[in-house]
Amino acid sequence: MSELIEFFQLAWEIGPRLLDGTVVTLELTAICISSGFIIGLALSLGRVYGNKLVYGVTTTFVELVRGTPLLVQLFIIYYGLPDVGILLNPLLAAGIALGINTSAYQAEYFRGAIQSVSAGQMTAARSIGMTRFGAIKSIILPQALRLAIPSWSNELIYMLKYTSLAFTVGAPELMAKAKIIAARNFRYLEVFIIVAFIYIIIVTGFTKVLDIVEERVKIPGLESGK
Amino acid sequence: MEIFGVLAGEAPYLFKGLLITIELLIGLLSVGLIGGLFLAVLEVYGGTVASKIAMLIQRGLRAVPALVLLFLSYYALDFPPLVTSILALGLRSSAYQSQIFRGAIQSIKSGQMMAARSMGMTRIQGIWHVVIPQAIRLAIGPWSNEFASETKDTSLAYVVGVVEIMRRSRYIISYTYGNALLIYGIVALVYLILTRTGNAFLYWLEDRLWVPGFERRS
Repeated sequence: MSELIEFFQLAWEIGPRLLDGTVVTLELTAICISSGFIIGLALSLGRVYGNKLVYGVTTTFVELVRGTPLLVQLFIIYYGLPDVGILLNPLLAAGIALGINTSAYQAEYFRGAIQSVSAGQMTAARSIGMTRFGAIKSIILPQALRLAIPSWSNELIYMLKYTSLAFTVGAPELMAKAKIIAARNFRYLEVFIIVAFIYIIIVTGFTKVLDIVEERVKIPGLESGK
Repeated sequence: MEIFGVLAGEAPYLFKGLLITIELLIGLLSVGLIGGLFLAVLEVYGGTVASKIAMLIQRGLRAVPALVLLFLSYYALDFPPLVTSILALGLRSSAYQSQIFRGAIQSIKSGQMMAARSMGMTRIQGIWHVVIPQAIRLAIGPWSNEFASETKDTSLAYVVGVVEIMRRSRYIISYTYGNALLIYGIVALVYLILTRTGNAFLYWLEDRLWVPGFERRS
């Protein structure tokens, strides 16, 4: 019983310091998911509508990034780029690595969604005189993006969890703060249990919010489903 | 250019790291397979209480980052890092695999279970002899995605001290002074080959196990 009380005392003490780390974690997630969105969307359009060269380049990029571990990509950017003269601070390197990684996965989700929009949509748009680009922008993407919401929310949750890797290169996010505090107090197990709870709370919260968003923007009759 | 000479000399050392990675992978996938099947059966066939508990367990395990789980098991258990990593990553994989198996089990028509029961089988016999053999075949496709994902996550075991390919490449980089880009590039290639080989094997397995007349997952 007294251990339980000690546990809550510890949680109370270190809460604020872990909060700083949590904020950095959330910032990192926001940055990488939004840059990943832009790049991923561009990549997916290249894969669906591009000519042979564009298709080849984007596919190679996506396959390489999806086939290799995030940790290796992070190390290549943080430890490898200095070899060619580019030095980055840990947070920036983590943001870039995570952003590139998520863009490849998002490219695949968007590609699947775009290809699920029936081909008749594009034909109809062209037949009333729209350009390809106009049709993509006004007809295909609004439908495709809604179809992609479940996979995209999944990706957001994944990124939230994978920001923890940034600690391996020294970014001051939640895991890094936790390790410092744990080392200072020699109470590794309790600190990491608290961290696990923090992640569970954040992830559950995000999931609920994303569910609500999905409900609000969906078009009745145009759901993703089999 | 001498770096290639060094690398050629170090190849056996790196290869041993690859073996540890594969060992870790097989270990965690097996733990995940057994745990995942168990959780999936609980979630689908358990009573209200059991299925709710199973759901909470897999939600919880999936909400926590792999790194946190690795550290938790490393500090909580007194086993060598390889064992704690297999347990931590295996538990996490079982949560993901349970979702794959749950989807596959729920795609099997309920008539199968009804027919099994009407022949006098108990629920457990029906699950083991009728539903699961069909569900496993349906699950191979999504499972290969999980396989690729776990292959890449084995690199995380590096932070708790497992001397696999990531850690060994660190050692090499530290005493060759500044060939990080090349060496990590090669490590990335190794993971790519590992993932591709595994996926190819799983496609072959799916082909071999496919029962004619039954719906094939595209």
